[in-house]
Amino acid sequence: MAAGVATWLPFARAAAVGWLPLAKKSMPKPPVDKKSRNDEILFVNVSGLRFQTWKNTLDRYPDTLLGSSEKEFFYNEDTQEYFFDRDPEMFRHILNFYRTGKLHYPRHECIQAFDEELAFYGIVPEIIGDCCMEEYRDRKKENQERLAEDTEAEMATDIPLPPDSTSRERLWRAFENPHTSTMALVFYYVTGFFIAVSVIANVVETVPCRPPKGSVKDLPCGEKYSLAFFCMDTACVLIFTFEYLMRLFAAPSRCKFMRSVMSVIDVVAIMPYYIGLVMPENEDVSGAFVTLRVFRVFRIFKFSRHSQGLRILGYTLKSCASELGFLLFSLTMAIIIFATVMYYAEKGTKGTNFTSIPASFWYTIVTMTTLGYGDMVPNTIAGKIFGSICSLSGVLVIALPVPVIVSNFSRIYHQNQRADKMRAQQKVRLARIRLAKKGTTNAFLQYKEDGGLQDRDSDSTALCVKNRSSFEHQHHHLLHCLEKTTNHEFTDELTYSEVCMTESVGYRTSRSTSLSSQQGLSSSCCPRRPKRRAIRLANSTVSVSRGSVQELDMLHVQKVAHQRLSVCASSRSSLNARSEDLKLNCDDRDFTAAIISIPTPPANTPDESLPPSPAVPGILRNSRSGSFTHETVKISSL
Amino acid sequence: MLSSDKVDDELEMTMVCHRPEGLEQLEAQTNFNKRELQVLYRGFKNECPSGVVNEETFKHIYAQFFPHGDASTYAHYLFNAFDSAHNGSIKFEDFVMGLSILLRGSVREKLQWTFNLYDINRDGYINKEEMTEIVRAIYDMMGKYTYPALRGDVPQQHVEAFFQKMDRNKDGVVTLEEFILACQEDENMMRSLQLFENVI
Repeated sequence: MAAGVATWLPFARAAAVGWLPLAKKSMPKPPVDKKSRNDEILFVNVSGLRFQTWKNTLDRYPDTLLGSSEKEFFYNEDTQEYFFDRDPEMFRHILNFYRTGKLHYPRHECIQAFDEELAFYGIVPEIIGDCCMEEYRDRKKENQERLAEDTEAEMATDIPLPPDSTSRERLWRAFENPHTSTMALVFYYVTGFFIAVSVIANVVETVPCRPPKGSVKDLPCGEKYSLAFFCMDTACVLIFTFEYLMRLFAAPSRCKFMRSVMSVIDVVAIMPYYIGLVMPENEDVSGAFVTLRVFRVFRIFKFSRHSQGLRILGYTLKSCASELGFLLFSLTMAIIIFATVMYYAEKGTKGTNFTSIPASFWYTIVTMTTLGYGDMVPNTIAGKIFGSICSLSGVLVIALPVPVIVSNFSRIYHQNQRADKMRAQQKVRLARIRLAKKGTTNAFLQYKEDGGLQDRDSDSTALCVKNRSSFEHQHHHLLHCLEKTTNHEFTDELTYSEVCMTESVGYRTSRSTSLSSQQGLSSSCCPRRPKRRAIRLANSTVSVSRGSVQELDMLHVQKVAHQRLSVCASSRSSLNARSEDLKLNCDDRDFTAAIISIPTPPANTPDESLPPSPAVPGILRNSRSGSFTHETVKISSL
Repeated sequence: MLSSDKVDDELEMTMVCHRPEGLEQLEAQTNFNKRELQVLYRGFKNECPSGVVNEETFKHIYAQFFPHGDASTYAHYLFNAFDSAHNGSIKFEDFVMGLSILLRGSVREKLQWTFNLYDINRDGYINKEEMTEIVRAIYDMMGKYTYPALRGDVPQQHVEAFFQKMDRNKDGVVTLEEFILACQEDENMMRSLQLFENVI
């Protein structure tokens, strides 16, 4: 709970007087605060720098070092002060947190030192106020990334491969991190070399070579030395195919591998060759075959495995797609508008180039991008006017988004690297805050379960109850008063839904009498809590029948014979370890027997009610095994 | 939590920055001694540097104590009970006077305070509608997940039981005198009244 709320607690408790006339039951006794209530000033000495503060200020956050009894470990009797051998500069911020409720991050401090101080004083960094949270998170991420890079670099050279990894795993690792073994490195460079060779061959084979003797026309080299080029192509494709198949074999998840971009590029790089092999030498399809050869140029993209920069470029293009799309869309709009206008402006001219609107597209694009080839020019005055407007607007339309895209590149590049990490951290942060909130709501329920609400003397309160701070005691007392006023109890969602289920089951099978009688009987001999547990038990196994509930009923009522008691007592010793679950006021013996009875019915088909008496000795016989009672304890702790 | 409050408080600070009366005066008017007033004021001032609490802040604070349910309606009535001047804000004097009555006042004073809390329209009578409002607000604070589960008419039954006990002449309203008489006869309640004396 936040700081200041503790200040208002006495006020809220005082206002509980307003509930008194309505309360159906009398209010519980308030927690006794044995400590002196006078507020005192504490002295805190941090490496020589003396701080003073009210004790109340520190008590605001009881789950930190300074707010809990942990600070007593640092108390110096001689000087009557708390001494901490820590950084005094940082302590100033820590203490301000107690005073104002907001934790600030000092920008000049090292993030790790700050984190260590927070950890020492038991403060979770999520409490940092919004004013400083951005800075804190950025610095922390930078730090973590740097550390991660360092460890990655270390790991890559270290090769701690588990000795029992299969050859497949080792192969995959060799493919992914070529620096791990010499073989992998060799293979890496060989493929790189062949990619380069293949690309160069594609380029060179179109260069016109000297014509062979007896011919005038210049031939491209590819046709002159077609055999050589074909052999080179075959060799490259063989290597690429081999590499692809090896990667496919080694991939831990083949479907995922086949869907990845790199494998698609690999396939596209080698497919044309095979298709070319398969296809017959036909005039009609050779055109298509030529088109396929164009795809060979995609081999150049295989370099992205070898180059980090290419990968980053591709990634940023992908992430910048929306900006590029917007640019394209606005350009298209402008082009269509201007092309239409130019077409109609030049329509009258004889022999004009602007034969149709699509033909005008070319003029518009060339003009807007300020290329101005000059193959199409307007002749009419209107055309020239609109042409000049077109070129002016072209400058604007293109010049404006481009810097935005360029700056987006660098921003998005850095951001995307961190975006995933930030999302993961956000989830964790929200989860922690939710947990802290749930902590306060669950704290009271937990407190009740630990039996803190029973009006006992201080001697018999369990240790876990004692360790609560006085604030929590008082808050729980307040909630308890509310319960007494309304005569209803707080529960959690699980129990509530279970109870609803029980009640609906009761109504459905129209054997509500047994449930209500059980309720009645239980309330007569035990307080409500064990009955709730009994119902929880009843609902914990889906197939538990009404019969088993009746069995509980019987066992509650029947006076347990002494021999059964002895068995129960022996099993109780193992249950005592978890005695906080069974802190009850009523007869523990009856209840223990009741717990033990539950697990057996689900094994049978539970529609009929089991006859209690023959079942009981059987049950108790089973209960002698220690593991079985352990299981029963587990179920009861639901 | 306090960010929106700080904005409000800052706005108020430019307009209103309330300082309470002197320590001696407050000590004379309430049943607290100087030390207690000092402690109370330090806490109050820390939370509300401008010196006043408005209703939103009050509801927010009160809701922190009852995370299970919705405490805003009851906090509204409570705010009105403390805001004796009915100007929409609680100053330190109101705060301390209210606490003084609740914690150190006589039985009659406490009961009178409670009567004022229930009497929403301050006409001197508690009728069934007012009581139903209050009881519903209290049950709202319990939230949804209670045991036994809350059915719709439980507040109504509670109100009926209350009127049964309090309304002596069965005229449908409860006056201050009836209220005080009925409460004084209820031993449970008298005992419980003593419990809250050492809250500070």
